Amino acid sequence: MGVHPRALDYAESFPNRVIPDEAELTCGTRIEPGKSYGFFTDTTLCIGCKACEVACKEWNSLPADNLGLTGHSYDNTGDLGANTWRHVAFIEKIGAGDDRVQEMAPFQSNWLMMSDVCKHCANAPCLEACPTGSIFRTEFDTVVVQQDICNGCGYCVPACPFGVVELSPADGKAHKCTLCYDRLKGGLEPACSKSCPTDSIQFGEVNELFDRARGRVESLHGKGATDAYLYGAPDTPGATGGLKHLNAFFLLTDRPEVYNLPPEPTRASARVRPSLLTGLATMAGLTLAAAALMSAGRDRR
Amino acid sequence: MPSLGTTYGRGAATLAQWDLANSDFVLVMGSNMAENHPIAFRFVMRAKEKGATIVHADPRFTRTSALADIHAPLRAGTDIAFLGGIIRHILENDLWFKDYVLNYTNIATIISSDYQDPEQLDGLFSGWDEEKKSYTVDSWQYKDMKVPSSLAEHEPSTSDSFDEAAKSTSDGPPPEDRTLRHPNCVYQIMRRHYARYTPEMVERVTGCPAGTFLKVCEAITRNSGRERTGAICYAVGWTHHSTGVQMIRGAGIIQALLGNVGRPGGGVLALRGHTSIQGSTDIPTLYDMLPGYLQQPNANQKHADLQEFLETEQTPTGWWHNLPKYMVSLLRAWYGDNATAENGWGYRWLPKIVGDHSQLPMTLAMRDGVIKGMFFLGQNPVIGGSNSKQVQAGLAKLDWMVVRDCAETETASFWKEGHLVRDGDMRPEDIGTEVFLMPASLAGEKDGTFTNTHRLLQWHDKVVDGPGDSQSELWFIYHLGRRLKALYADSDLERDQPIQNLTWDYPERGPDRDPSAEAVLKEINGYTWLDRRQLSGIPDIKDDGSTACGCWIYCGVFPTHNDNKSRSRRADGPDGPGTHLGWGFAWPDNRRTLANRASADPEGKPWSERKRLIWWDAEKETWTGDDQVDFVKDKPPGFKPDWSKHPTGMDALGGDAPFILIADGKAALFSSSGLKDGPLPTHYEPLESPVHNQLYKQEANPVAKHWEKRDNELAEPGDPRFPHSFTTYRLTEHHSGGTPTRSVPVTAELQPEGFAEIPTELARELGIGNTDWVVISTLRGEIETRALVTDRLQPFHLGGGKTVHQVGMPWHFGWKGYATGDIANVLTAVVGDPNTSMHENKALVCGLRRGRLARDGGRHGES
Repeated sequence: MGVHPRALDYAESFPNRVIPDEAELTCGTRIEPGKSYGFFTDTTLCIGCKACEVACKEWNSLPADNLGLTGHSYDNTGDLGANTWRHVAFIEKIGAGDDRVQEMAPFQSNWLMMSDVCKHCANAPCLEACPTGSIFRTEFDTVVVQQDICNGCGYCVPACPFGVVELSPADGKAHKCTLCYDRLKGGLEPACSKSCPTDSIQFGEVNELFDRARGRVESLHGKGATDAYLYGAPDTPGATGGLKHLNAFFLLTDRPEVYNLPPEPTRASARVRPSLLTGLATMAGLTLAAAALMSAGRDRR
Repeated sequence: MPSLGTTYGRGAATLAQWDLANSDFVLVMGSNMAENHPIAFRFVMRAKEKGATIVHADPRFTRTSALADIHAPLRAGTDIAFLGGIIRHILENDLWFKDYVLNYTNIATIISSDYQDPEQLDGLFSGWDEEKKSYTVDSWQYKDMKVPSSLAEHEPSTSDSFDEAAKSTSDGPPPEDRTLRHPNCVYQIMRRHYARYTPEMVERVTGCPAGTFLKVCEAITRNSGRERTGAICYAVGWTHHSTGVQMIRGAGIIQALLGNVGRPGGGVLALRGHTSIQGSTDIPTLYDMLPGYLQQPNANQKHADLQEFLETEQTPTGWWHNLPKYMVSLLRAWYGDNATAENGWGYRWLPKIVGDHSQLPMTLAMRDGVIKGMFFLGQNPVIGGSNSKQVQAGLAKLDWMVVRDCAETETASFWKEGHLVRDGDMRPEDIGTEVFLMPASLAGEKDGTFTNTHRLLQWHDKVVDGPGDSQSELWFIYHLGRRLKALYADSDLERDQPIQNLTWDYPERGPDRDPSAEAVLKEINGYTWLDRRQLSGIPDIKDDGSTACGCWIYCGVFPTHNDNKSRSRRADGPDGPGTHLGWGFAWPDNRRTLANRASADPEGKPWSERKRLIWWDAEKETWTGDDQVDFVKDKPPGFKPDWSKHPTGMDALGGDAPFILIADGKAALFSSSGLKDGPLPTHYEPLESPVHNQLYKQEANPVAKHWEKRDNELAEPGDPRFPHSFTTYRLTEHHSGGTPTRSVPVTAELQPEGFAEIPTELARELGIGNTDWVVISTLRGEIETRALVTDRLQPFHLGGGKTVHQVGMPWHFGWKGYATGDIANVLTAVVGDPNTSMHENKALVCGLRRGRLARDGGRHGES
C-alpha cells in the first residue's frame, strides 16, 4: 500500500492528538460497524519475526506462558491458547544430506513460517456451542468471548475445529483473539497486522481481502509459485464441513496439515442432526430389540 | 566504515532503505537481513514483488534465505573468495558497465611500477615490512602521484622520501590509459589479481557449489546496466572478521564495476545495528575520530598544533579540502570564547591518542591495571565482548565501574555470578571492584534522535517518564560534566584546562534539571558565534571562528530556531518521486542517495528513463531531479579543471567526478591510501580456520591484530581438536546483549534459552540429539548449551576432499533475565581487523561434544 494522502495531515514526529480513523492511514481501511472485517495472512511474505506475537501480547496484556526451549525449529510458542492469540509456526523442509532442496520458489520457500490466529469463522462453531451467550458476534462480524458471562463450561473448546479456544487456568474461562475489538471501536488497525513489517498479515474488509488474496494467488502462479492457494476463503479448503468461510484466512504453499491446520474442518453443529437422528435410531433399535428379547423371554417362560 | 570511505568517499550506506524497492537484484551477504533488519526487509519484499531477484549468501539457511530466490551457502569467513570470484566473472566475461566505469572509477589509472601483487608474493602485497608486521604504501600509489586518503582514521605509512618525490593531486589529472592496455593500469592489475578466483576455486575454498555461485553471478550481472540496478546489503556479518573491511571493499568494487552506485535501487546498504549505530560513528564513540569523521589528533603524527594538524590532514583536492572550516567550527562549539585564533582555537585541549584505544585493547588495559575505572552506558561487554572470561578478569581488576542500563546486567553482576566465580577462579569477596548500578531510560522515556542505517536522523519525543530514578544518558553525561567542571574550577594544572574551558551550558527543564536534547541538536547543526543564528547548511561553516558547529555533516538539520528537520514526517504521496525528502533529515544536506551525480551519464543525461534520479538542466545551468544533488549544483558536466592553476578543493574535480570526497573524484576500485591490509581484497583464511589457505602460502591477514597470547591463544589451521567452523549471530527475538529482551517476559519466551545450531550430519556423527546438552570448546574456554539439530546448516565439501561442518550459536544469552544460557563470547578471541580493530566473532573454530560441563563441584554429569 502506498502512502495515504491523509497521512500528510500528520507529518510531525509527535502528533498532538489521536488520529481519527487511523486504520485508514495504516492499512487503507476505514472501520465502520456493520461491515465484515478479518485478516488475510499471506504466508509467502512471512519472515517469522514474531512481531505479531509480541504486539498481541503487549496490547492485550497477555502474560508469557511458556519459557521452555521446544527444539521445534524456532517455534517456542507451540500453539494458540488462552494467553497466546498469535502463533508463528516454523516448518523446516530443506531435506537432509545430498537431498537438500536446491530449487527455491519465489518468496517464502523451504522454511515455512505462518502466523496462526483465531479464524473468526463466518458461522463460528464455538459461538454455536456456547450455552451462555458469552461468545457473540460483534458489529464488525468478528467473534469475541465475554469473560464476565462465560461460566467456564468449556463446550466451545472441542467445538472449535482449529483448536483455538482454551480455558485459562487462571480464571477458568474461555479466552481467544478478539481481533482487537477495542482497537476496532477506536478506528485502529489490530495490533498484529499493524506491526507486521512485510504485510504478511493484512487487515481489511473481508470481501476486499478475498479479492486481494485471489489476485495474489494468480500473481504467485504467474511468478512460478504454483503451489500457492487460499485456505478459508469461500469454496477453498478450510471453508468446508458447513463453514462458509473464515474471516481470518490464509495463503499457503503446502498442504494444510503441514501448518497444523485441519484439511477439512467441520462445524460440530453440522453433525448435530445426523448424530441426533443416529442416536434416536439407535435408541429405537435398542428399544425394539429389548422389547423383542423381553417378549421372547416371556415366550420361553 | 573505512571500506566504503576509501571506495566511495563516505563511510555510510549509499542509498535509502526504501530505495531497495527500486532494485532489480538484492544481494544480502554478511547479513541476516530479515531477522535483524525486518523493517528494511519490507522494501526487499517490495522489490521482489516488482520482479527483482533476491540472493542470500550465508553459511546458514536463515529466515532471510527462506525469502530469497537463491541461497548460496558458504563457509564462514570465506566471503572474499566468493566476492573475488564475482569480480573475476564480471571482468573475464566483459560484463562491466563500460561508460560508467571508465568515467567514474579509477579503472584506467596507472599504478606505480613498483607495485607487486599477492599473486607474485604468495599472499603479500609489495611494501611488506616483516619486522613491523605492516605495509608501507609507496608502491600502491598512482604512478608518480601520492593519493591522499578520504578517511579520517587512516595513518598513512609511507617512506619519508616518498612525500617529496610524489606530485600532488593538484598538479594534474591522475595518469591514465583509457585503452586499458597498460600492464599496470587498475584493470590489468585486477584481472591478474583475481585470475585464479574461478568458480571451481570458489567451490574449493568456500564450499558453495560452483553451479550455485554462477547462478548468483548471472543474477546480479543480468540485473545491472543502463536500464537495471541492484543493491548489496551487508551488516556485522562482514565487519566482524579479521578481513571485514576488505569484504566490504569487495562489494564496493562489484557495485562500481556494475555501475550500481549513486543510482536508484543501486548501491551498498550498510545495515547498521539497533537504535543509532550510524549516529555513534557520525558523532563517534570511537576513539580515533572527532565528530563528522575528522581525525582525532595523534601524538605520534604531525599533529603538534592546529597549523601542523591541518597541513597534515587537509587533502589538496576534493571536498575534504574544506577540513579547516569543520575543525575550527568544532573547536569553537566545544571551547566557546576560550577558543581564539591565537591559541589555535583551543586545539591543544583536545586529547591526543597514542595508540589503539578501542574496546579490545581496553580490556587488556583493565586487566593489566592501566585503566582503573570504567563507565558502561547501554553496553554489556560480559555478553558482547570477545573472550568474555578475559573481559571479566579485566572487570575484576577495576577500582570502580558504573553500569547504566534498564536492568541489572551480566556486566554489573559478574562479581557474584560470573565465570570467575562459577569456574572457581575467584571468590566474590576477592573481587574489589566497586559497582555503581544506575537505572537508565529507554528510548520512549527520553527525547532525541536516532540516526538510522541510511544516515537518516529521526527525532523521537519522550512519551512517559522512566520508572523510579531512571534518567537519560544525556542527563547523566550533562550533570557529570557539570560536576567535573565544578570540581576542577579552581585548579591551576594545565591538564585540567580541557574541562575548565569546555562550553557546557544547555537549557534545563523540570525538577530533575533535564538538559534539552533539542539544544544539543542545535549546537550539532551549528550557529554563528556572535549573533547565534542557526547555520542553514554546510556552505555556511567558516574557518575564521565566526561559526560554531558540533558536527559538520549534520549541518542543515536545524536551519532555523524553530525548524527541527528531524521531526518532519512528510512522506511522498502515491504520485511523488518516492525519495521522501520530507521524511526526517539525511546527512549530508538531506541527500538520500550518495554520489547521485553518477545517476546521469558524463554529459549529464540519465543513463535511462527507468533509472533517472538527477540530471543536468542545461537551460537553467543546474543539476536537478528527485533527490538533493550530491555535487556542486552549478558545475556543468563538461567542466575540466584548469591544471595550470594548481586547482584545489572542488576546483580540481571535473564535472564528471561524482565521488566528491575522493581526491580525484572517482570511485576507488584500487585503493592506494587509507587501508592497512592492501589496495585490493584478497582471500585470507580467518585467524582461526579449520583448513589451510588454498590460494596463498600466507594463511591469514598478515596485518590482523592479535593483541596478546595469554588466555587468548589461537588454534593453528586444521587443529584436530577444533575441527568445526564456528560462528556467532543474533536472533530477531533478542536485542544485542539481551538486557532489554531477556528481561521482558513476552520477548524472553520467544527464544527462552541459549542453543547452538548443529547440522544433522554432524549431530548424527557425534550422537547428539535435538535439545541435548552439548559442550563447545575453544582455546579460550568451554561452555555448555542446548543443541538445535537442523538441516538448515549443511556440511561444506571443500578442496582436497575435506568436509567441514559449520556450527553456529546466538550470542545474546547470559545468566540474567528470564531467557538464559551460557555466553558464546567465552569462546571468542581478542583479535581484530587491522583497520577497525573489529573482532572476528563470525569465524573461528571449535570442538563439540555431547554432555555438560562439570561446574558447581561437578554436579552435572553426562546428561
